[in-house]
Amino acid sequence: MLLEKLSNARGVSGDEARVRELIIDAISDRVDEYRVDSLGNLITLKRAATRGARRNAPTVLLAAHMDEVGLLIVHVEADGRLRFSKVGGIDDRVLPSKVFHIGENKIAGVIGMKPRHGLKAAEMDKVIEADDLSLDIGAHSREDALSVVQIGDYATFATEFARIGNGLVRGKALDDRAGCALLVDLLSEEYPFDLYGLFTVQEEVGLRGARVAAFTLDVDAAFVLEATVCDDSPKEKDVSPTTRLGYGPAITLADPTLMADPRLVKLLIATASENKIPYQVKQPMIGGTDAGRLHLAREGVPGVAVSVPTRYLHSPAALLSLRDYRNTLRLMRATLPRLARGLTPVI
Amino acid sequence: MAKRTTVPEKKSVDADSSEFKGLVARLTAAFGPPGFEAPIRAQIRDEVQSFADELRVDVLGNLIAVKRGRANSARKKILLAAHMDELGVMITHIDQKGFCRFAPLGEIEPLALLGQRCVFKNGTVGVIGRERKKAKSKEIEPERLYLDVGASGPSEARVSVGDAATFFGEVVETGNRLSSRAVDNRLGCAVLIQTLRELHATADDVYFVFTVQGHTGKRGATTASFGIQPDFALAVEVTEAADTPEAEIGSIALGKGVAIKIKDETTLVSSRVRELLIESARRARVPYQLEVQLHGGTEAEAMQISRGGNLVGGVSIPARYLHTPLPIVDVNDAQNTIQLLRALLAEPLEAQLE
Repeated sequence: MLLEKLSNARGVSGDEARVRELIIDAISDRVDEYRVDSLGNLITLKRAATRGARRNAPTVLLAAHMDEVGLLIVHVEADGRLRFSKVGGIDDRVLPSKVFHIGENKIAGVIGMKPRHGLKAAEMDKVIEADDLSLDIGAHSREDALSVVQIGDYATFATEFARIGNGLVRGKALDDRAGCALLVDLLSEEYPFDLYGLFTVQEEVGLRGARVAAFTLDVDAAFVLEATVCDDSPKEKDVSPTTRLGYGPAITLADPTLMADPRLVKLLIATASENKIPYQVKQPMIGGTDAGRLHLAREGVPGVAVSVPTRYLHSPAALLSLRDYRNTLRLMRATLPRLARGLTPVI
Repeated sequence: MAKRTTVPEKKSVDADSSEFKGLVARLTAAFGPPGFEAPIRAQIRDEVQSFADELRVDVLGNLIAVKRGRANSARKKILLAAHMDELGVMITHIDQKGFCRFAPLGEIEPLALLGQRCVFKNGTVGVIGRERKKAKSKEIEPERLYLDVGASGPSEARVSVGDAATFFGEVVETGNRLSSRAVDNRLGCAVLIQTLRELHATADDVYFVFTVQGHTGKRGATTASFGIQPDFALAVEVTEAADTPEAEIGSIALGKGVAIKIKDETTLVSSRVRELLIESARRARVPYQLEVQLHGGTEAEAMQISRGGNLVGGVSIPARYLHTPLPIVDVNDAQNTIQLLRALLAEPLEAQLE
């Protein structure tokens, strides 16, 4: 299963090469062209199928980001402990006592926590800031540590992908390897228009890859495939979960980076309804995706994000439902061909 | 309130104050929170279409009205931008009892939200209420507010998650001052429209751009300036006045003339452009003030960093209470802005920049 390989692969923002290689292996015989740009984005092009292709058909862009949140080693203490800096948004509360894999050789390190026995009452209620934490790789000195790791090495959560429960999977980096896997799957299909499949870098640190890739591509519609927040645990108040597990693909209407194009939203919802594909609307004005950059490219691009609801994002173990994944794939497969005639212009 | 009203058809319009106030009233009455600009766009289209040489709407929904310059090979492209969206709120969740949770669209002072009425495009009206339980904090947290649309369950609400609403507050005049909803930035739009109507001939091509999503990240201006590639771009906006009791530090005052931007949080204007605009104000014989704002930014930011960078400036109309539903402005300041723009556009840009 490609999702498993992608989830296990290391690929913290700025270090996406391994993920990119896996994706290139998977798509090279499914696309007509591909290239890697100066930032490391993988840009693939699938030309319109000769049968059924229309003149003046739009060019469509599908995008998913390859990078994941993680750590960057910035300093080694005299006693061999590694100081790190967070790459992307990680809640300080998820860091203590977690195991990480550092660098190419996957050196295991644990973020040390004083055992409970030695804690003062006041310390127990406190969240320890990342700056006060360090990674312990069992080294006894700086020299010892530097024989296996280097300043500038990236570290990822040491979580192996696994199937759990009834049709769920657990793994690190499902945000956004789920989107990458969906995009690879979608590149197996034929379309009546030219389709760009874009795998971006550095989304987690500011949508950077999308910004430059969008500039070089001149497209008529952009879909971002994502893994989005799913906080469907019971709440004290009747306030919305962002999305709910098992309720199908989540369609973005608006978030702080994007007002989704109403025509694309309408098309997705109509397609879902007609094909009896479950879908949900993501709670507006939360999060942000590469669509925030893609839709502002050049003279503007109609944009929307479609996401697989994913619990516990940006933590060692995220969780998603394969049924949601398949329904997201179904929705995109059913929607895309309907773009062949282009969109009605805004008046 | 989203009704479109009749527009005078005659080609030459006097800039007299009542005419202009009528235009402001029509523009501020139209619905158009960020991302939902269709009604205000239609209203502006009606106002400008018999005066523009070309009219188009781009992908994001910006309305672009072009006035072509006199045939001459050295024509420059001047972009005048005013965003047409207004402050609003978006429904994020409707609970089992029909109360609607919302998120602000644009920067709104949370205190100003309490007790407001909001109206949706379909006419549904809601009142903003606040959770009373454990209301220890004197600060208003937007996530503890809700819209009461008079429904007793989600199915009765007549609105859905993702729908947007704006605020009540029709134009009220007190002499030459007026308070109204949507002044930010329908007043800028009115200035652009009136300038276009009074512009008989220009040396350069002038693009009057009514942009979308100005309140949510200057997004329309970002794509419009990429498309137009202007030689000079000017943001026509409202700016916070500091002439109220115990105001934050600043020198902008109502009724003291058009504010020529020098600096705000996101833009530094070149001295070349500053001189150009001061000279225009002098030629137009209108009072002006120099605008140095520590906070906030305008579409000049987006236009300045588009493509390889653009020469930009800003002219602003002073306004009080900008981040609330009911700012107050002085109409004279807006009319002076029109006169400044007319003077600016009367001469070829190239000659003025020499």
